[in-house]
Amino acid sequence: MRFSGWRILKEGLTGNKGWVPHWRDPEPKSEYDVLIIGGGGHGLSTAYYMARDHGITNVAVLEQGYIGGGNVGRNTTIVRANYGLPGNSEFYSHSLKLWEGMEQDLNLNTMHSQRGIINLFHSDGARDAAARRGNAMINQGDDAILLDREGVREHAPYLDFENSRFPVYGGLYHPRGGTARHDAVAWGYARGADMRGVDIIQNCEVTGIHIEHGVVKGVQTSRGAIRAKKVGIVVAGRSGQVAAMAGMTLPIESHVLQAFVSEGLKPCIDTVLTFGMGHFYISQSDKGGLVFGGDIDFYASYAARGNLPAMEHVMAAAMTLMPMIGKAKLLRSWGGIMDMSPDGSPIIDKTHIDGIFLNCGWCYGGFKAVPGSGSAFSHLMATGNYHPAATRYRLDRFRTGHGIMDEEATGSQHNLH
Amino acid sequence: MRIPCPICGTRDRREFYCQGDAVMLDRPAPDAEPEVWDGYLHLRENPAGVTRDLWYHSYGCGSWIVVTRNTVTHEILGAVLVTEAQDAA
Repeated sequence: MRFSGWRILKEGLTGNKGWVPHWRDPEPKSEYDVLIIGGGGHGLSTAYYMARDHGITNVAVLEQGYIGGGNVGRNTTIVRANYGLPGNSEFYSHSLKLWEGMEQDLNLNTMHSQRGIINLFHSDGARDAAARRGNAMINQGDDAILLDREGVREHAPYLDFENSRFPVYGGLYHPRGGTARHDAVAWGYARGADMRGVDIIQNCEVTGIHIEHGVVKGVQTSRGAIRAKKVGIVVAGRSGQVAAMAGMTLPIESHVLQAFVSEGLKPCIDTVLTFGMGHFYISQSDKGGLVFGGDIDFYASYAARGNLPAMEHVMAAAMTLMPMIGKAKLLRSWGGIMDMSPDGSPIIDKTHIDGIFLNCGWCYGGFKAVPGSGSAFSHLMATGNYHPAATRYRLDRFRTGHGIMDEEATGSQHNLH
Repeated sequence: MRIPCPICGTRDRREFYCQGDAVMLDRPAPDAEPEVWDGYLHLRENPAGVTRDLWYHSYGCGSWIVVTRNTVTHEILGAVLVTEAQDAA
Protein backbone atom coordinates (compact mmCIF):
# COMPACT_ATOMS: atom_id res chain seq x y z
CA MET A 1 0.00 0.00 0.00
CA ARG A 2 1.52 3.30 -1.12
CA PHE A 3 0.44 6.66 0.23
CA SER A 4 -0.09 9.60 -2.14
CA GLY A 5 -2.32 12.61 -2.58
CA TRP A 6 -4.27 10.74 -5.25
CA ARG A 7 -4.78 7.80 -2.93
CA ILE A 8 -6.17 10.02 -0.19
CA LEU A 9 -8.51 11.69 -2.70
CA LYS A 10 -9.70 8.35 -4.05
CA GLU A 11 -10.23 6.86 -0.59
CA GLY A 12 -12.06 10.00 0.51
CA LEU A 13 -14.47 9.64 -2.41
CA THR A 14 -15.01 5.91 -1.89
CA GLY A 15 -15.70 5.79 1.83
CA ASN A 16 -12.14 5.04 2.97
CA LYS A 17 -12.76 1.33 2.41
CA GLY A 18 -9.42 0.61 0.73
CA TRP A 19 -7.05 1.14 3.66
CA VAL A 20 -5.42 -1.98 5.01
CA PRO A 21 -3.17 -2.65 8.03
CA HIS A 22 0.33 -1.23 7.61
CA TRP A 23 2.01 -4.54 8.26
CA ARG A 24 1.09 -8.22 8.44
CA ASP A 25 0.66 -10.17 11.67
CA PRO A 26 2.50 -13.39 10.77
CA GLU A 27 3.01 -16.51 12.83
CA PRO A 28 6.71 -16.99 13.55
CA LYS A 29 8.44 -19.46 11.25
CA SER A 30 10.72 -22.11 12.74
CA GLU A 31 13.84 -20.60 11.17
CA TYR A 32 15.12 -17.25 9.86
CA ASP A 33 18.46 -16.03 8.55
CA VAL A 34 18.42 -13.16 11.01
CA LEU A 35 16.50 -12.50 14.22
CA ILE A 36 16.24 -9.03 15.69
CA ILE A 37 15.27 -9.09 19.37
CA GLY A 38 13.43 -5.86 20.07
CA GLY A 39 10.84 -4.13 17.88
CA GLY A 40 11.65 -0.59 18.93
CA GLY A 41 12.89 2.13 16.63
CA HIS A 42 16.40 0.69 16.43
CA GLY A 43 15.28 -2.91 15.86
CA LEU A 44 12.79 -1.92 13.17
CA SER A 45 15.25 0.31 11.35
CA THR A 46 17.84 -2.48 11.55
CA ALA A 47 15.40 -4.86 9.86
CA TYR A 48 14.46 -2.22 7.28
CA TYR A 49 18.04 -1.43 6.23
CA MET A 50 18.92 -5.14 6.37
CA ALA A 51 16.34 -5.67 3.65
CA ARG A 52 16.85 -2.43 1.73
CA ASP A 53 20.65 -2.22 1.67
CA HIS A 54 21.74 -5.84 2.03
CA GLY A 55 18.89 -7.77 0.40
CA ILE A 56 18.43 -9.98 3.45
CA THR A 57 14.69 -10.42 3.87
CA ASN A 58 14.34 -13.74 5.71
CA VAL A 59 14.31 -11.71 8.90
CA ALA A 60 12.04 -11.57 11.93
CA VAL A 61 11.72 -8.79 14.48
CA LEU A 62 10.62 -10.20 17.86
CA GLU A 63 8.78 -7.72 20.05
CA GLN A 64 7.66 -8.55 23.57
CA GLY A 65 4.90 -5.94 23.54
CA TYR A 66 3.50 -4.01 20.58
CA ILE A 67 5.15 -1.82 17.95
CA GLY A 68 5.50 1.74 19.23
CA GLY A 69 4.91 0.75 22.86
CA GLY A 70 8.46 1.16 24.12
CA ASN A 71 10.91 4.04 24.17
CA VAL A 72 10.27 4.92 20.52
CA GLY A 73 6.79 6.01 21.60
CA ARG A 74 7.90 7.52 24.91
CA ASN A 75 10.59 10.05 24.00
CA THR A 76 10.70 13.79 23.37
CA THR A 77 11.30 13.35 19.62
CA ILE A 78 14.43 15.47 19.18
CA VAL A 79 16.61 14.95 16.11
CA ARG A 80 20.10 16.49 15.94
CA ALA A 81 23.73 16.00 14.94
CA ASN A 82 25.61 18.27 17.34
CA TYR A 83 28.20 16.01 18.94
CA GLY A 84 31.79 17.00 19.55
CA LEU A 85 33.90 13.85 19.66
CA PRO A 86 35.18 11.73 16.76
CA GLY A 87 33.14 8.54 16.77
CA ASN A 88 29.93 10.30 17.70
CA SER A 89 30.29 13.16 15.18
CA GLU A 90 30.36 11.03 12.05
CA PHE A 91 27.68 8.67 13.35
CA TYR A 92 25.08 11.33 14.16
CA SER A 93 25.93 13.16 10.94
CA HIS A 94 25.16 9.94 9.03
CA SER A 95 21.95 9.50 10.99
CA LEU A 96 20.75 13.05 10.32
CA LYS A 97 21.29 12.59 6.57
CA LEU A 98 19.11 9.48 6.73
CA TRP A 99 16.46 11.50 8.59
CA GLU A 100 16.48 14.03 5.78
CA GLY A 101 15.56 11.38 3.22
CA MET A 102 13.35 9.30 5.49
CA GLU A 103 9.88 10.47 4.49
CA GLN A 104 10.44 9.90 0.77
CA ASP A 105 12.23 6.66 1.45
CA LEU A 106 9.52 5.26 3.74
CA ASN A 107 6.63 6.86 1.79
CA LEU A 108 5.22 8.04 5.11
CA ASN A 109 4.88 11.46 6.69
CA THR A 110 6.99 11.23 9.84
CA MET A 111 6.51 14.98 10.37
CA HIS A 112 10.24 15.53 10.49
CA SER A 113 10.54 19.24 11.19
CA GLN A 114 13.96 20.88 10.96
CA ARG A 115 13.00 23.76 13.20
CA GLY A 116 16.50 24.09 14.65
CA ILE A 117 17.99 23.58 18.08
CA ILE A 118 19.58 26.21 20.30
CA ASN A 119 21.88 25.08 23.12
CA LEU A 120 22.01 28.04 25.52
CA PHE A 121 25.12 29.13 27.40
CA HIS A 122 25.50 31.37 30.42
CA SER A 123 29.18 32.28 30.84
CA ASP A 124 32.24 33.22 28.79
CA GLY A 125 33.77 29.79 29.39
CA ALA A 126 30.62 28.07 28.18
CA ARG A 127 30.67 30.30 25.07
CA ASP A 128 34.18 29.04 24.30
CA ALA A 129 33.01 25.45 24.73
CA ALA A 130 30.02 26.11 22.45
CA ALA A 131 32.29 27.65 19.80
CA ARG A 132 34.56 24.61 19.97
CA ARG A 133 31.64 22.23 19.63
CA GLY A 134 30.23 24.29 16.75
CA ASN A 135 33.57 24.08 14.96
CA ALA A 136 33.61 20.31 15.46
CA MET A 137 30.12 20.14 13.91
CA ILE A 138 31.20 22.29 10.95
CA ASN A 139 34.33 20.18 10.47
CA GLN A 140 32.05 17.15 10.32
CA GLY A 141 30.09 18.85 7.52
CA ASP A 142 27.06 19.73 9.61
CA ASP A 143 25.78 23.18 10.48
CA ALA A 144 26.36 25.33 13.52
CA ILE A 145 25.95 29.06 14.17
CA LEU A 146 27.14 30.82 17.31
CA LEU A 147 24.41 33.22 18.43
CA ASP A 148 24.96 36.14 20.78
CA ARG A 149 22.30 37.24 23.25
CA GLU A 150 20.43 39.30 20.64
CA GLY A 151 20.58 36.39 18.23
CA VAL A 152 18.89 34.17 20.79
CA ARG A 153 16.35 36.90 21.54
CA GLU A 154 15.18 36.85 17.91
CA HIS A 155 14.27 33.16 18.27
CA ALA A 156 13.09 33.15 21.87
CA PRO A 157 12.19 36.58 23.23
CA TYR A 158 10.39 35.05 26.22
CA LEU A 159 13.50 33.78 28.02
CA ASP A 160 14.66 35.36 31.28
CA PHE A 161 17.77 36.88 29.72
CA GLU A 162 18.75 38.76 32.89
CA ASN A 163 18.36 35.80 35.23
CA SER A 164 20.62 36.44 38.21
CA ARG A 165 22.17 32.95 38.31
CA PHE A 166 22.06 31.96 34.63
CA PRO A 167 21.90 35.09 32.43
CA VAL A 168 21.64 34.10 28.76
CA TYR A 169 24.95 34.93 27.03
CA GLY A 170 24.01 33.28 23.75
CA GLY A 171 23.44 29.92 22.15
CA LEU A 172 24.82 27.40 19.69
CA TYR A 173 22.26 27.16 16.90
CA HIS A 174 21.97 23.95 14.86
CA PRO A 175 19.44 24.79 12.11
CA ARG A 176 19.13 21.24 10.73
CA GLY A 177 18.13 19.90 14.13
CA GLY A 178 14.47 19.57 15.02
CA THR A 179 11.75 17.11 15.91
CA ALA A 180 9.70 14.31 14.33
CA ARG A 181 6.54 12.33 14.98
CA HIS A 182 8.00 9.44 16.97
CA ASP A 183 5.11 6.98 16.46
CA ALA A 184 5.20 7.53 12.71
CA VAL A 185 8.90 6.70 12.68
CA ALA A 186 8.16 3.33 14.30
CA TRP A 187 5.24 2.69 11.98
CA GLY A 188 7.20 3.77 8.91
CA TYR A 189 10.12 1.44 9.56
CA ALA A 190 7.79 -1.41 10.53
CA ARG A 191 5.78 -0.96 7.35
CA GLY A 192 8.88 -0.52 5.19
CA ALA A 193 10.48 -3.68 6.59
CA ASP A 194 7.24 -5.65 6.25
CA MET A 195 6.82 -4.57 2.62
CA ARG A 196 10.27 -6.03 1.93
CA GLY A 197 9.35 -9.38 3.48
CA VAL A 198 10.45 -8.98 7.10
CA ASP A 199 8.16 -10.68 9.64
CA ILE A 200 7.22 -8.38 12.50
CA ILE A 201 6.11 -10.58 15.38
CA GLN A 202 4.48 -8.78 18.29
CA ASN A 203 3.59 -10.22 21.70
CA CYS A 204 6.58 -12.52 21.36
CA GLU A 205 8.88 -12.50 24.38
CA VAL A 206 12.34 -14.02 24.06
CA THR A 207 12.87 -16.29 27.06
CA GLY A 208 16.19 -17.89 26.20
CA ILE A 209 19.05 -17.88 23.72
CA HIS A 210 20.29 -21.20 22.34
CA ILE A 211 24.08 -21.33 22.09
CA GLU A 212 26.20 -24.39 21.24
CA HIS A 213 30.00 -24.32 21.53
CA GLY A 214 30.13 -20.54 21.31
CA VAL A 215 27.84 -20.33 18.28
CA VAL A 216 24.27 -19.06 18.39
CA LYS A 217 21.63 -21.47 17.11
CA GLY A 218 18.41 -19.58 17.82
CA VAL A 219 16.12 -18.37 20.58
CA GLN A 220 13.29 -19.64 22.73
CA THR A 221 10.22 -17.44 22.81
CA SER A 222 6.77 -17.33 24.33
CA ARG A 223 5.58 -18.43 20.87
CA GLY A 224 8.00 -21.33 20.42
CA ALA A 225 11.63 -21.91 19.49
CA ILE A 226 13.06 -20.13 16.45
CA ARG A 227 16.35 -21.08 14.80
CA ALA A 228 18.67 -18.48 13.31
CA LYS A 229 22.30 -18.03 12.31
CA LYS A 230 22.45 -14.43 13.44
CA VAL A 231 20.74 -12.74 16.37
CA GLY A 232 20.80 -9.01 17.09
CA ILE A 233 20.00 -7.79 20.60
CA VAL A 234 18.44 -4.31 20.41
CA VAL A 235 16.41 -3.98 23.58
CA ALA A 236 17.52 -0.68 25.19
CA GLY A 237 16.66 -0.70 28.91
CA ARG A 238 16.18 -4.48 28.92
CA SER A 239 19.68 -5.16 27.53
CA GLY A 240 20.90 -6.57 30.85
CA GLN A 241 18.21 -9.27 31.01
CA VAL A 242 18.50 -10.38 27.38
CA ALA A 243 22.30 -10.40 27.43
CA ALA A 244 22.15 -12.51 30.61
CA MET A 245 20.33 -15.17 28.55
CA ALA A 246 23.53 -15.36 26.51
CA GLY A 247 25.65 -15.45 29.67
CA MET A 248 26.88 -11.89 29.24
CA THR A 249 27.18 -9.06 31.76
CA LEU A 250 27.07 -5.66 30.08
CA PRO A 251 28.49 -2.25 30.94
CA ILE A 252 24.92 -0.99 31.16
CA GLU A 253 22.74 0.25 33.99
CA SER A 254 19.03 0.95 33.44
CA HIS A 255 17.60 4.24 34.69
CA VAL A 256 14.25 5.98 34.45
CA LEU A 257 13.96 9.27 32.56
CA GLN A 258 10.81 11.33 32.83
CA ALA A 259 9.20 13.55 30.20
CA PHE A 260 6.35 16.03 30.40
CA VAL A 261 3.69 17.56 28.18
CA SER A 262 1.63 20.67 28.87
CA GLU A 263 -1.90 21.35 27.71
CA GLY A 264 -2.15 22.40 24.05
CA LEU A 265 -1.22 26.03 23.48
CA LYS A 266 -1.10 28.32 20.49
CA PRO A 267 2.31 28.34 18.77
CA CYS A 268 4.87 30.01 21.02
CA ILE A 269 8.11 27.98 20.80
CA ASP A 270 9.19 27.43 17.21
CA THR A 271 12.56 25.80 17.87
CA VAL A 272 14.09 23.32 20.31
CA LEU A 273 15.74 24.96 23.31
CA THR A 274 18.18 23.32 25.68
CA PHE A 275 19.15 24.77 29.03
CA GLY A 276 22.05 22.54 29.96
CA MET A 277 22.76 24.24 33.27
CA GLY A 278 19.29 23.27 34.44
CA HIS A 279 19.21 19.87 32.70
CA PHE A 280 16.15 21.15 30.85
CA TYR A 281 15.04 21.15 27.23
CA ILE A 282 11.78 22.01 25.50
CA SER A 283 9.98 22.11 22.19
CA GLN A 284 6.37 22.47 21.11
CA SER A 285 4.53 19.69 19.35
CA ASP A 286 2.38 20.27 16.30
CA LYS A 287 -0.67 19.69 18.53
CA GLY A 288 0.49 22.62 20.67
CA GLY A 289 1.68 20.82 23.77
CA LEU A 290 4.97 21.92 25.26
CA VAL A 291 7.16 18.81 25.36
CA PHE A 292 9.97 18.99 27.87
CA GLY A 293 12.22 17.00 30.11
CA GLY A 294 15.32 16.98 32.24
CA ASP A 295 17.72 14.61 33.86
CA ILE A 296 17.25 10.97 34.84
CA ASP A 297 15.95 10.22 38.32
CA PHE A 298 19.51 9.11 39.17
CA TYR A 299 18.87 5.69 40.72
CA ALA A 300 18.67 2.42 38.77
CA SER A 301 15.05 1.72 37.84
CA TYR A 302 12.81 -0.41 35.63
CA ALA A 303 9.61 1.19 36.88
CA ALA A 304 8.81 3.24 33.73
CA ARG A 305 7.62 5.97 36.08
CA GLY A 306 9.67 8.45 38.04
CA ASN A 307 9.38 10.23 41.34
CA LEU A 308 8.45 13.78 42.28
CA PRO A 309 11.95 15.18 43.08
CA ALA A 310 13.08 14.87 39.46
CA MET A 311 9.79 16.38 38.30
CA GLU A 312 10.20 19.25 40.75
CA HIS A 313 13.71 19.88 39.45
CA VAL A 314 12.50 20.03 35.84
CA MET A 315 9.68 22.44 36.72
CA ALA A 316 12.10 24.68 38.66
CA ALA A 317 14.48 24.76 35.69
CA ALA A 318 11.59 25.59 33.36
CA MET A 319 10.51 28.49 35.56
CA THR A 320 14.12 29.73 35.77
CA LEU A 321 14.57 29.76 32.02
CA MET A 322 11.13 30.90 30.82
CA PRO A 323 8.84 32.25 33.54
CA MET A 324 5.94 32.34 31.06
CA ILE A 325 5.68 28.56 31.33
CA GLY A 326 4.16 29.03 34.78
CA LYS A 327 0.89 29.97 33.05
CA ALA A 328 0.64 26.56 31.36
CA LYS A 329 -0.89 23.52 32.99
CA LEU A 330 0.97 20.21 33.00
CA LEU A 331 -1.11 17.65 31.15
CA ARG A 332 0.80 14.43 31.71
CA SER A 333 4.17 12.90 32.48
CA TRP A 334 5.71 9.50 31.97
CA GLY A 335 8.98 7.61 32.29
CA GLY A 336 11.06 5.44 30.01
CA ILE A 337 13.89 3.04 30.82
CA MET A 338 17.28 4.18 29.54
CA ASP A 339 20.26 1.92 28.87
CA MET A 340 22.98 4.07 30.44
CA SER A 341 26.57 3.30 29.42
CA PRO A 342 29.71 4.22 31.41
CA ASP A 343 30.84 6.90 28.91
CA GLY A 344 27.47 8.09 27.62
CA SER A 345 28.10 6.69 24.13
CA PRO A 346 26.46 3.63 22.59
CA ILE A 347 27.66 0.15 21.66
CA ILE A 348 27.19 -1.40 18.19
CA ASP A 349 29.36 -4.47 18.06
CA LYS A 350 29.84 -8.19 17.72
CA THR A 351 30.09 -10.25 20.90
CA HIS A 352 32.32 -13.14 21.94
CA ILE A 353 29.51 -15.49 20.85
CA ASP A 354 29.57 -16.20 17.13
CA GLY A 355 26.40 -14.83 15.54
CA ILE A 356 25.24 -12.64 18.44
CA PHE A 357 25.41 -8.91 17.87
CA LEU A 358 24.75 -6.15 20.37
CA ASN A 359 23.22 -2.69 19.99
CA CYS A 360 22.67 -0.75 23.24
CA GLY A 361 23.91 2.04 25.49
CA TRP A 362 21.92 4.85 23.88
CA CYS A 363 21.37 6.52 27.25
CA TYR A 364 18.62 9.10 26.69
CA GLY A 365 19.65 9.98 23.13
CA GLY A 366 18.38 7.04 21.14
CA PHE A 367 15.59 8.60 19.12
CA LYS A 368 17.73 10.72 16.78
CA ALA A 369 19.93 7.67 16.25
CA VAL A 370 17.11 5.43 14.98
CA PRO A 371 18.07 5.60 11.27
CA GLY A 372 21.84 5.63 11.80
CA SER A 373 21.73 2.81 14.32
CA GLY A 374 19.69 0.58 12.01
CA SER A 375 21.94 1.40 9.08
CA ALA A 376 25.14 0.67 11.02
CA PHE A 377 23.86 -2.38 12.88
CA SER A 378 22.43 -4.03 9.76
CA HIS A 379 25.73 -3.36 7.98
CA LEU A 380 27.65 -5.07 10.78
CA MET A 381 25.26 -8.02 10.96
CA ALA A 382 25.10 -8.50 7.21
CA THR A 383 28.75 -8.01 6.27
CA GLY A 384 30.66 -8.65 9.48
CA ASN A 385 32.40 -5.29 9.03
CA TYR A 386 31.86 -2.06 10.90
CA HIS A 387 29.92 0.64 9.09
CA PRO A 388 32.29 3.55 8.29
CA ALA A 389 30.17 5.87 10.46
CA ALA A 390 30.17 3.50 13.46
CA THR A 391 33.67 2.07 13.77
CA ARG A 392 34.24 3.28 17.33
CA TYR A 393 31.19 1.92 19.14
CA ARG A 394 33.17 -1.05 20.40
CA LEU A 395 32.11 -3.14 23.37
CA ASP A 396 35.71 -3.69 24.49
CA ARG A 397 36.55 0.01 24.82
CA PHE A 398 35.68 -0.07 28.52
CA ARG A 399 38.01 -2.96 29.25
CA THR A 400 40.91 -1.66 27.18
CA GLY A 401 40.36 2.03 27.90
CA HIS A 402 40.95 2.70 24.21
CA GLY A 403 38.32 4.77 22.44
CA ILE A 404 36.19 5.94 25.37
CA MET A 405 33.80 8.65 24.12
CA ASP A 406 32.79 10.66 27.17
CA GLU A 407 31.21 13.82 25.71
CA GLU A 408 30.66 15.42 29.10
CA ALA A 409 33.85 14.11 30.73
CA THR A 410 32.00 12.91 33.81
CA GLY A 411 33.87 9.62 34.12
CA SER A 412 32.89 6.00 34.53
CA GLN A 413 29.64 6.41 36.40
CA HIS A 414 26.54 5.32 34.54
CA ASN A 415 24.12 7.80 36.08
CA LEU A 416 26.28 10.85 35.30
CA HIS A 417 25.81 10.65 31.53
CA MET B 1 10.64 7.58 47.77
CA ARG B 2 11.72 7.63 51.43
CA ILE B 3 14.98 6.11 52.62
CA PRO B 4 15.50 4.79 56.17
CA CYS B 5 18.82 6.29 57.22
CA PRO B 6 20.22 4.10 60.03
CA ILE B 7 21.20 7.21 61.97
CA CYS B 8 18.52 9.81 61.15
CA GLY B 9 15.48 7.62 60.50
CA THR B 10 13.25 7.70 57.45
CA ARG B 11 13.94 10.73 55.29
CA ASP B 12 12.86 12.11 51.92
CA ARG B 13 14.84 10.96 48.88
CA ARG B 14 15.80 14.60 48.23
CA GLU B 15 18.24 14.48 51.17
CA PHE B 16 20.32 11.75 49.50
CA TYR B 17 22.75 11.52 46.62
CA CYS B 18 22.70 8.22 44.71
CA GLN B 19 26.22 7.08 43.80
CA GLY B 20 25.23 3.84 42.05
CA ASP B 21 25.60 0.08 42.43
CA ALA B 22 27.08 -1.14 45.72
CA VAL B 23 29.63 -3.11 43.68
CA MET B 24 31.70 0.04 44.22
CA LEU B 25 32.41 -1.11 47.79
CA ASP B 26 34.48 -3.99 46.41
CA ARG B 27 37.37 -1.96 45.07
CA PRO B 28 40.00 -4.25 43.50
CA ALA B 29 43.66 -4.20 44.46
CA PRO B 30 45.71 -1.64 42.50
CA ASP B 31 47.55 -4.41 40.66
CA ALA B 32 44.43 -6.46 39.85
CA GLU B 33 43.93 -7.61 36.25
CA PRO B 34 42.28 -5.15 33.81
CA GLU B 35 39.27 -7.51 33.58
CA VAL B 36 38.70 -7.11 37.31
CA TRP B 37 38.85 -3.34 37.09
CA ASP B 38 36.53 -3.44 34.07
CA GLY B 39 34.01 -5.38 36.14
CA TYR B 40 34.29 -2.96 39.03
CA LEU B 41 34.03 0.24 36.99
CA HIS B 42 31.72 -0.72 34.14
CA LEU B 43 29.96 -4.09 34.20
CA ARG B 44 26.64 -4.25 36.04
CA GLU B 45 24.25 -7.08 36.88
CA ASN B 46 21.56 -4.42 36.36
CA PRO B 47 18.79 -6.49 37.97
CA ALA B 48 15.10 -5.92 37.31
CA GLY B 49 14.20 -6.62 40.93
CA VAL B 50 16.14 -6.40 44.17
CA THR B 51 19.37 -4.44 44.03
CA ARG B 52 21.85 -2.87 46.46
CA ASP B 53 23.14 0.60 45.86
CA LEU B 54 25.21 3.23 47.53
CA TRP B 55 23.64 6.45 48.78
CA TYR B 56 25.13 9.45 50.60
CA HIS B 57 23.01 11.33 53.15
CA SER B 58 24.27 14.67 51.94
CA TYR B 59 21.53 16.82 53.53
CA GLY B 60 21.48 14.79 56.74
CA CYS B 61 24.16 13.08 58.81
CA GLY B 62 26.67 12.67 55.97
CA SER B 63 26.71 8.88 56.19
CA TRP B 64 27.30 6.55 53.29
CA ILE B 65 24.66 3.85 53.33
CA VAL B 66 23.84 0.70 51.38
CA VAL B 67 20.17 0.66 50.39
CA THR B 68 18.43 -2.57 49.38
CA ARG B 69 15.47 -1.84 47.16
CA ASN B 70 13.41 -3.09 44.22
CA THR B 71 14.13 -1.46 40.86
CA VAL B 72 10.75 -2.48 39.44
CA THR B 73 8.47 -1.27 42.23
CA HIS B 74 10.72 1.38 43.89
CA GLU B 75 10.05 -0.37 47.21
CA ILE B 76 12.80 0.24 49.79
CA LEU B 77 13.64 -2.98 51.62
CA GLY B 78 16.29 -1.75 54.04
CA ALA B 79 19.38 0.35 54.61
CA VAL B 80 22.58 -0.13 56.60
CA LEU B 81 25.68 1.97 57.10
CA VAL B 82 28.49 1.14 54.68
CA THR B 83 30.73 0.27 57.63
CA GLU B 84 28.17 -2.31 58.82
CA ALA B 85 27.81 -3.73 55.31
CA GLN B 86 31.58 -4.13 55.06
CA ASP B 87 31.81 -5.74 58.51
CA ALA B 88 29.09 -8.20 57.52
CA ALA B 89 30.86 -9.12 54.28
